[in-house]
Amino acid sequence: MDGYSLTDLWSILVMQGFSGLSLFSVLLLMALGLAIIFGQMGVINMAHGEFMTIGAYTIYLCSKITEQYFPALMPYYFVIAIFAAFAIAFAIGYLVEFSLIRHLYKRPLDTLLATWGLSLIMQQIFRSTFGAREVSATLPDWLMGSWKPTPDIDIPLNGLFVMGISIIVTIAVVLFLYRTSWGLKVRATTQNRVMAGAVGINTKKVDRITFAVGCGIAGIAGASFTTIASTGPTSGSLYIVDTFLVVVFGGASSVVGTVLSAFSIAQAQSILTFFMTEAMGKVVTLMAIIVILMLRPEGLFTSKVRR
Amino acid sequence: MSNELVLAVEDLTVSFDGFKAVDKLNLYVEKNELRVIIGPNGAGKTTVLDLICGRTKATSGSIKFKDIELTKYPEYKIVQVGVGRKFQTPSIYENLSVLENLEISFPRGRGVFGSLVFARTQDVVDRIMEIAEMIFLSDQLEVQAGLLSHGQKQWLEIGMLLIQDPELLMLDEPVAGMSVSEREKTAELLNRISQGRSVIVIEHDMEFVKRIAHKVTVLHQGKLLAEGNMDAVQSNPKVIEVYLGH
Amino acid sequence: MMNAFYSKWLGGKRGAIELAVLAAFIFIVMPLWLDIFRLNMVGKYLTYAFAAVGLVMVWGYGGILSLGQGIFFGIGGYCMAMFLKLEASDLASTARQTTPGIPDFMDWNQVTSLPLIWEPFHSLTFTLIAILVLPSVVAYVIGVAMFKRRVGGVYFSIITQAIAAILTILVVGQQGMTGGINGITDLKTLHGWNINTNSAKYILYYLNGALLIGAIVLCKFVLSSKLGRLLLAMRDKEDRVRFSGYDVANFKIFTFSLGAVISAIGGAMFTLQVGFMSPSIIGIVPSIEMVIFAAIGGRMSLVGAVYGTLLVNYGKTAFSESFPSLWLFLMGALFIGVVMVFPNGLAGLYDTYLKGRLEKVMAKLRERGPLRKLSPVKAGVQK
Repeated sequence: MDGYSLTDLWSILVMQGFSGLSLFSVLLLMALGLAIIFGQMGVINMAHGEFMTIGAYTIYLCSKITEQYFPALMPYYFVIAIFAAFAIAFAIGYLVEFSLIRHLYKRPLDTLLATWGLSLIMQQIFRSTFGAREVSATLPDWLMGSWKPTPDIDIPLNGLFVMGISIIVTIAVVLFLYRTSWGLKVRATTQNRVMAGAVGINTKKVDRITFAVGCGIAGIAGASFTTIASTGPTSGSLYIVDTFLVVVFGGASSVVGTVLSAFSIAQAQSILTFFMTEAMGKVVTLMAIIVILMLRPEGLFTSKVRR
Repeated sequence: MSNELVLAVEDLTVSFDGFKAVDKLNLYVEKNELRVIIGPNGAGKTTVLDLICGRTKATSGSIKFKDIELTKYPEYKIVQVGVGRKFQTPSIYENLSVLENLEISFPRGRGVFGSLVFARTQDVVDRIMEIAEMIFLSDQLEVQAGLLSHGQKQWLEIGMLLIQDPELLMLDEPVAGMSVSEREKTAELLNRISQGRSVIVIEHDMEFVKRIAHKVTVLHQGKLLAEGNMDAVQSNPKVIEVYLGH
Repeated sequence: MMNAFYSKWLGGKRGAIELAVLAAFIFIVMPLWLDIFRLNMVGKYLTYAFAAVGLVMVWGYGGILSLGQGIFFGIGGYCMAMFLKLEASDLASTARQTTPGIPDFMDWNQVTSLPLIWEPFHSLTFTLIAILVLPSVVAYVIGVAMFKRRVGGVYFSIITQAIAAILTILVVGQQGMTGGINGITDLKTLHGWNINTNSAKYILYYLNGALLIGAIVLCKFVLSSKLGRLLLAMRDKEDRVRFSGYDVANFKIFTFSLGAVISAIGGAMFTLQVGFMSPSIIGIVPSIEMVIFAAIGGRMSLVGAVYGTLLVNYGKTAFSESFPSLWLFLMGALFIGVVMVFPNGLAGLYDTYLKGRLEKVMAKLRERGPLRKLSPVKAGVQK
């Protein structure tokens, strides 16, 4: 780290920190979705990344349609497109649960393989529909610029916007889980499936909605993703391992844990990337997580329970 | 009866997120003793067995088995020094035959390489036959264990413990789901196997407890409520209060 | 003694027949049917079968789904490739490099001396030992770290996948050390013996087949021992095994390491037969494809894993030549189908549909005479 003055280092830290925040936002949204599904059903959806890609392509399509037919609406389309991204990912998630996942409960390893197959099929559909090359949505102008609190520090607005989305979604998820009757049913099913069924909760329906909501949130992650990178057929699959590690690291059942772990992983990766190559930054981060998980396999934020 | 202590549990506490499932418990079991632990649901009975056999780690306190401190031992070592444990729901290998179930439990070839070279020699077969006789399953040796009746599964699991000849045997509700005649036979079995070893039994069925218990320990909310012979415990006002009070 | 060998190593009558059919298929049918180019390709597929056989042990019997089997395949492959590369980089053939005597890709990456970890790979003995020892050490370390702490299920799967990802990134990133994304190529001789001639390819093909069958026999022995029954028992009631005085983790570590070594042998044979090794063979995607080979064959069938590997790879080659986009759909459908529709793979299909009919045919043939001598060996005499 020689050759950097203290102010330089500070600026780098702040700027890398903020670029880490974009990664954090995407990871957090991905992880929230995955954690809800994993927490409730104990299955890992290896196609979760593809639901993010669905969200990203939805934004891309919306931007193209708006550009073509309603150019006057360009400044506003993005907000609506986010809802569209959620809705489409939700709907497809619902279908997937109905046709595939529900047959595989209690076989978590098989679910892993089946959803991997699903992810291959989805990737190929993306490739056939949108081509193998990466595409970018045309972003509204107000998302482009940057904010300069000091001459050395340059913070892109899209990063701040993405942060905002993540915060809103996280709060919405917490409210959904802890303040609605649906959330109560979800938590009841998570904790004791048999008992929840016995007191009249339709656990199958809860599963389906939970899975779909998880996928929908991945769709929003995809919307955020388009503001920081361009979208290709395999964009989402690159995130699945990281996302799972975020979930495990945070302890699958805790929203606070998921937030903290997404934050630390994204920041570590982003700051290390500056001092090493991007690949090495990722390697070091992944290794650190694995080592920590070996020391504390139940995650960082779980509580001891009676068996 | 000798007074040699086999198990000495002292000040044992375990807390889950602040909830004390077992709270400063003291429990002493002597050689050749058959002890029954009773108590209402949630009293911490199963947790005590979990703690002794290492399935749950204690928050504080000590568990001494013949001067060996068990709280720091992993489960398999606790078994190897001579503590056997039967689970509440029969825990047997459903896909293997009765014979194979007993064979797997035979205490030889427990390491990786030991198990690779393990052979079914005559002494193994003899021991299996002896145990099968004891647990009333001599005629079912080749039957797949999953096909046994519930009561027979309970016996098989007891047999799987007996073949290891443990000095301390812990049985969690051994007669649950058994018919009346099966209960009779089990009581007989328990009285026989408590010769030369110590047995701890968790049981709800008071008639059954009366038939087998040397001494009864009553747990309530993780604490020792009363201890003594069956009659003394049954007339203990605190025990009556707990069982009938609410 | 013979009886013990028959029932423990071959798996009794059925096992012996299975093995004989497989051996005939590999050693007689394939070489007679295919030209050397195609046969070499089958040889390449059969190296993947090592990984699939390892997965049958680890996943099918051990109940541990490793999504990082490519790690071990890669360790074996790279060890062999390093040895061959050093032999190909003698002073004479690298005289035009800035630094003669080191592998060409190092020279291109401005490396001026052979890295220390490459040094021992001048020795074939060391290389062969490394192919066996290195993967078992890596698997042992991963196994101890995970199984002793009771990490299992999907956690184990994803962590092994993450390790595969890390390893690939490292190999790709350290170009000067590993040849980067291109891998280690231009391999020519093994102790002066040219591995690219047709006769060498035949020999390597047969060696590969023999090693594969040897690996299956070894696995059959393990499964027929008490350890095999313990693995089944652990999948059913892990706690009961633990409370019968077994250190459950050790058995998982052993099985995982065994699977790792078998995969590594496959990797080494891959390098020898195909003539290169690269990160594209060891990453996340090839690792999970190895799982599908085992799954298609039947996750509990050692012999099935070989057929599964051949079938999937044949399909992959055939389809990706003519309809590359269709292949991914098909691959995806295979993953879903093998889980939802035929969870026991080819072996399961054989048991349900073919076995009964075949046995009838066999019985008829036996009545007529010629096969009578083969049948009456008593099974299960002394275990």
